[in-house]
Amino acid sequence: MVDPGWYMALAGALFLIGALGLLIRRNALVMFMCIELMLNAVNLTLISAGRALNDINGQVAVFFILVVAAAEVVVGLAIIVAIFRLRASASVDELSELKG
Amino acid sequence: MVEFLWIIIALPLAGAVFLHFFGRYLREPLSGWLASAAVGGSFAFAVAAAMPFLQGGEHAETLLLWEWMPAIGANLEILWDPLSALMVLIVTGVGFLIHVFAIGYMHGDERFHRFFTNLNLFAASMLTLVLAGNYAMLFLGWELVGLCSYLLIGFWYVRAAPPPAAKKAFVVNRIGDFGLMVGLMIVFSAFGTLSYSGIFERAGAELTTGVATAVGLLFLLGAAGKSAQIPLYVWLPDAMEGPTPVSALIHAATMVTAGVYLIARSAAIYELSTVAQITVATVGALTALWAASIALAQRDIKKVLAYSTVSQLGYMFLAVGTTAYVAGIFHLMTHAFFKALLFLGAGSVIHAMSDEQDMHKMGGLLKKMPVTGWTMAIATLAIAGIPPLAGFWSKDEILGSAFARGGWFSALWVIGLVTALLTAFYMTRQWVMVFLGEPRWDEDKHPHESPAVMTFPLVVLAVLSVVGGLINTPFRLTLEHFLEPAFEMVSMQRPPEGWAMFALLAGLSVLAGLAGAAAAFLTYRQPEQGWRGFETGFEPLWGTWEGAYHVDDIYGRVIVAPGRKAAEAAAFAVDLPVIDGAVNGVARVVRGVGDWARPLQTGFVRNYGALLLAGTVTVVIWLVVGS
Repeated sequence: MVDPGWYMALAGALFLIGALGLLIRRNALVMFMCIELMLNAVNLTLISAGRALNDINGQVAVFFILVVAAAEVVVGLAIIVAIFRLRASASVDELSELKG
Repeated sequence: MVEFLWIIIALPLAGAVFLHFFGRYLREPLSGWLASAAVGGSFAFAVAAAMPFLQGGEHAETLLLWEWMPAIGANLEILWDPLSALMVLIVTGVGFLIHVFAIGYMHGDERFHRFFTNLNLFAASMLTLVLAGNYAMLFLGWELVGLCSYLLIGFWYVRAAPPPAAKKAFVVNRIGDFGLMVGLMIVFSAFGTLSYSGIFERAGAELTTGVATAVGLLFLLGAAGKSAQIPLYVWLPDAMEGPTPVSALIHAATMVTAGVYLIARSAAIYELSTVAQITVATVGALTALWAASIALAQRDIKKVLAYSTVSQLGYMFLAVGTTAYVAGIFHLMTHAFFKALLFLGAGSVIHAMSDEQDMHKMGGLLKKMPVTGWTMAIATLAIAGIPPLAGFWSKDEILGSAFARGGWFSALWVIGLVTALLTAFYMTRQWVMVFLGEPRWDEDKHPHESPAVMTFPLVVLAVLSVVGGLINTPFRLTLEHFLEPAFEMVSMQRPPEGWAMFALLAGLSVLAGLAGAAAAFLTYRQPEQGWRGFETGFEPLWGTWEGAYHVDDIYGRVIVAPGRKAAEAAAFAVDLPVIDGAVNGVARVVRGVGDWARPLQTGFVRNYGALLLAGTVTVVIWLVVGS
């Protein structure tokens, strides 16, 4: 059995990639994918912790997160599509109307 | 019968409400007749309800209509005793005649129905005042009649003079109302209730002389405002800007007597304070003399009557201050008759002369308008105190009571006697100037007798002015027995006993009246140069009288101008920089903080994301390291 520490390291690496992508990329779709990456990195830690501690609750929590994430994807994608239709662009830097 | 007394107030109130909403749909005289019928109905009802008092033996009854604030004794309740009954009869009886007169006088006015709406509202308010069973309801009526007075003085608001006059009446009355209100607060803190029955029965046992004096003087301030006594009388002459029926109803016969009524009603409190009694009587006597001397020199036919009213109200204050309550109320009643008649007669003259009010431009009108002229002659003799007309009996009873009280009141008796002479003089002067001598009116005037709807009330009031005094003569004290139950708990001053004293005192006052009347008659019967010379012979006194001692100027300089300055200082030196400054300052601080914090919102998602991440990392580090 692989040491749970590797899974944690992988999850941390995935989370970092997601976070950096979110901060660096401008395309809303790619940013959205980065968020999903961060989310699933967290899911991975939950599953591996549950396996390592022999506790089913880790997997149960992930199921709930997946269901909610599916709903969130629907809303998020719909918003991105609407923005794209409106502006023919998905760059978030153009969406700065809330600038103070 | 008593349980239906609310109808007395409800009838004119219903009339006012109805005319307010539907008056515009009625043809001209109809709304006037409707209003008159409402007041006439109240009168008929009051006569029926007052019958038990006439038969004697009946005592006061109260009728609770609605529990408003029972904890402080402030309910809508009606007190039906001889005093309130008499006041109701005066208000509705004289009020009815004046309503009828106004139908003719206001003919052709485009706001005809509105006039009667206000007149009916006034009647309802005044009846609320006199029928009240506690001070709270009295105060309600007190303020309502003030409002109606304001509305009716300023009835012709498109003209220049009436609105300021209305405002003046309102503001001056406010000073008096302040006194009444503070007095009521003291009464409440002393007794824990505002109900008449709760106060008057306990006053003797629970009220100290000091508190009674304070309440008495504060009530006097309130009464002086409403009843136009020194120093608050200045609004009444200006109130003549209202239509003449208003002057007759509100500013002669009814509303201005509310102060006398207040003091008579509060007799149980004044009973405890000789100081308050003396103050009331002195204010009354001085006002009587002061206003009478001003009335001597007025040229405006209504101004003479206005100052005369102030003067006669002074007599009533002298009476109630002397604790001769019956005499005061008696004079209130007879004055309502002959002064309403004088005002309505003046209105008839003004109407005939197409709104001319300057007596120098009248003269010789007796032939043109005999009914007005002769009825006014009766009223003039009545107010001058010529027996056996109404004014003689009531004025003589006041003077006799003041004389009998003695001491300081003897001086007031002398003042009253001098005033009687002046009264006879200025009233005769007015009558002769208007009705006798050569016509002095402008070419375009065509005086004519007024229609029957106007002369009928004149005739009725003339009859009352003749016989009205006979209800309380030394030979037959009907009114005194009638009013006795209302004043049974206070000691009352009466004129001296015995026929010799009566003959002496009455002789003196009749002599004063006759002397004044004769002097005026002989002076003003002369051609114009004659009496003009007589008047200039009194300069500069005559000019001072004609200018009403320039009291308005003095008040303007001493009170109004500093008040205006203080208001300006408060507005421009305090309100603008301090109050407004504080409010605007708060806004400016908030705006500054916003300006400083606004750049934080860049509008770039990545900035928010980075901040979020940094925050999360900080929290995680703190959790890991800190714990």
